[in-house]
Amino acid sequence: MPEQITVTVNGTSIAVPLGATVAVAIVLAGAPCRKSVSGEPRGPLCGMGVCFECRAVVNGQSHCRSCQVVCQPGMEVKTDE
Amino acid sequence: MSKVARNQFDVLVIGGGPAGLAAAACSAECGLHVGLVDDNPGLGGQIWRSGCTQAPSEAVRWCERVSAAGAQIFCGTRVFHQSKPGVLLAEGPDDLFELSYRKLVLATGARERFLPFPGWTLPNVVGVGGLQALVKSGLPVAGMRVVVAGSGPLLLAVAAYLRQHGAEIPMICEQASWASLASFGVALLRQPKKVRQGFSLREQLSGIPFVPNCWPAAAKGEKILEEVVISQGTKTKTISCDYLACGFHLVPNSELAVLLGCQVQDDLVQVDDFQQTSIPGVFCAGEPTGIGGLELSLVEGQIAGFVAGGRSAAAQQLFAERKKLHKFARTLDRTFALRGELRNLPLPETIVCRCEDVTLSRIARHGSWRAAKLQTRCGMGPCQARVCGPATRFLFDWSPESVRPPVFPTRFENLSAMTVQPEMEHREVTGGRG
Repeated sequence: MPEQITVTVNGTSIAVPLGATVAVAIVLAGAPCRKSVSGEPRGPLCGMGVCFECRAVVNGQSHCRSCQVVCQPGMEVKTDE
Repeated sequence: MSKVARNQFDVLVIGGGPAGLAAAACSAECGLHVGLVDDNPGLGGQIWRSGCTQAPSEAVRWCERVSAAGAQIFCGTRVFHQSKPGVLLAEGPDDLFELSYRKLVLATGARERFLPFPGWTLPNVVGVGGLQALVKSGLPVAGMRVVVAGSGPLLLAVAAYLRQHGAEIPMICEQASWASLASFGVALLRQPKKVRQGFSLREQLSGIPFVPNCWPAAAKGEKILEEVVISQGTKTKTISCDYLACGFHLVPNSELAVLLGCQVQDDLVQVDDFQQTSIPGVFCAGEPTGIGGLELSLVEGQIAGFVAGGRSAAAQQLFAERKKLHKFARTLDRTFALRGELRNLPLPETIVCRCEDVTLSRIARHGSWRAAKLQTRCGMGPCQARVCGPATRFLFDWSPESVRPPVFPTRFENLSAMTVQPEMEHREVTGGRG
C-alpha cells in the first residue's frame, strides 16, 4: 500500500496516494470538477493539462488545472457544486 | 506582476518527454548550458509519466543523463509567449521566467484527438491516454469496468495497462478496418522490437474482445457515465461501464511553433534533415513533426540535440535509423486514418466546443472556422481550440487559422510582462480551409 495523504474536496476529507494529482482526489470524491457554461457537470478528459475540463479552486486559487497539480497534505479543493 | 527570474541558455528545450529529454541530454553533453521546460509536475512526458508509479528504466536513464550533464530543469512551467525573438516567457507555479536562448528545441509532443458524439461530455468519459494518466496519477481502477474505444495503437497499450491495474475491459473498439489493421501488422513484422511488444501485448490482452470497424455511438448516464452504446456494422450494442476511455489517435501540439512563426503544414512542423524548422536555430523533434511514437521521438530528439550542440556528424549517424522509423510512422498514419462515417457521430444538439458549450447545429451553419468562431464563440474558451480544433478540422475540413499570444491562459499578474510587438500579434497557419 503506497503512503496516503489527506486533502479536502468541498469540505470532505479524501485520502489519496502520495504523488496523486488533485484531479484524482476530485474523481475519488465523486464530484464533477466544474459546471460548464450551460450548467453541465464536467470531469477530467485529457489528463494532461490541455482540455481545461478539470479546472478547480485549489487553496483559494481558481482555474487550476487539477490534473497538473500534485496533492499536498491538507490541501483545500473546491469544485463547482 | 510576479517576480521575474531571468535565465540565459545556449540551448533551451521545450517539453520533457522522450524527444525533449534526448535533445537536452545530447546538447548538454556537448558542454553547453541547457534549460529544459515542461508544464507537468515531473519529466517523462505522457508516455513516461510516473506520478504515483515507478518510471520505466529507460526514462530514468534519460533523466539521469540530463541531470548529470548539468541541464537546468523547470517542471510545472508553461511557456506562454515570445516577448522578442530569442526570449520566451514562461509561468511557473509561483514565478515568471524570462528564458533567453541561442538555440531552441521544440519537443511539445502530441495530444489525443477527441471526436464529439452524444454524451461525450459526461464525467467519466475520458481520453484513452487521459485515463492512463489519471491511473498513473493515483486513480484506482481495480474492479472497474472500462470500455476502451477510438483509434490507434494506444488503445491496446492502455487496455493492457488498465487490466494490469485490476480493471475489467469488456471490449476494445477500433474504428479502423481489418484490412488496414492487417497491413499495419505486416509493417510491424519489419520492426523486431515492435513484434516483441506486440506479442507481449497479445498475451496481456488475451480474452478481451478487440473489435475493428467499431466505435462509440453514444455515452449515456444521468449526471455521470452509466453505459456506452457501441456501433458495430449494422448492429449496436449497449455496455454498462464505469469509464469510457475514448480517443482517436493523436494530433501534434504545434501551437508554440506556429506562434514563433515556424512553417507548419497540415498541423505538422516542417523540418529539414537536421530537425531545423524554417527559423534558423529553432529545432523541432518528436510528435509535432509527425506522429511516430517513442523510438522516432528519441532519435529526432538526439539529432536536434547534437545539431544544436554543434555535433552535426554525430547527428548524421542517426539519419538511417530515423528513415526506417519514418516509414513506420507513415504506416501508422494510413492504418489509423479516420473513416468518413465518424463525421456522422455528433447529432445536431451534440456539444462540439466543450469550453463554450457550442453545439454542432450552431457551428454547422457557418462556412468557415473564423465565421463559426466569431458568431458562436466556438474555440474561444480556455483550451483555445485544442479539443474542438482537431474535431472541426475532421468534421468540416476547417482549421484554426491563427495562434495568438498567450498560447495558454496565463495569470493576470503575468500578462503585463507581455510586450506585444505588432508583427508578432498572430501567426497564420498554412494548410486546410480557413
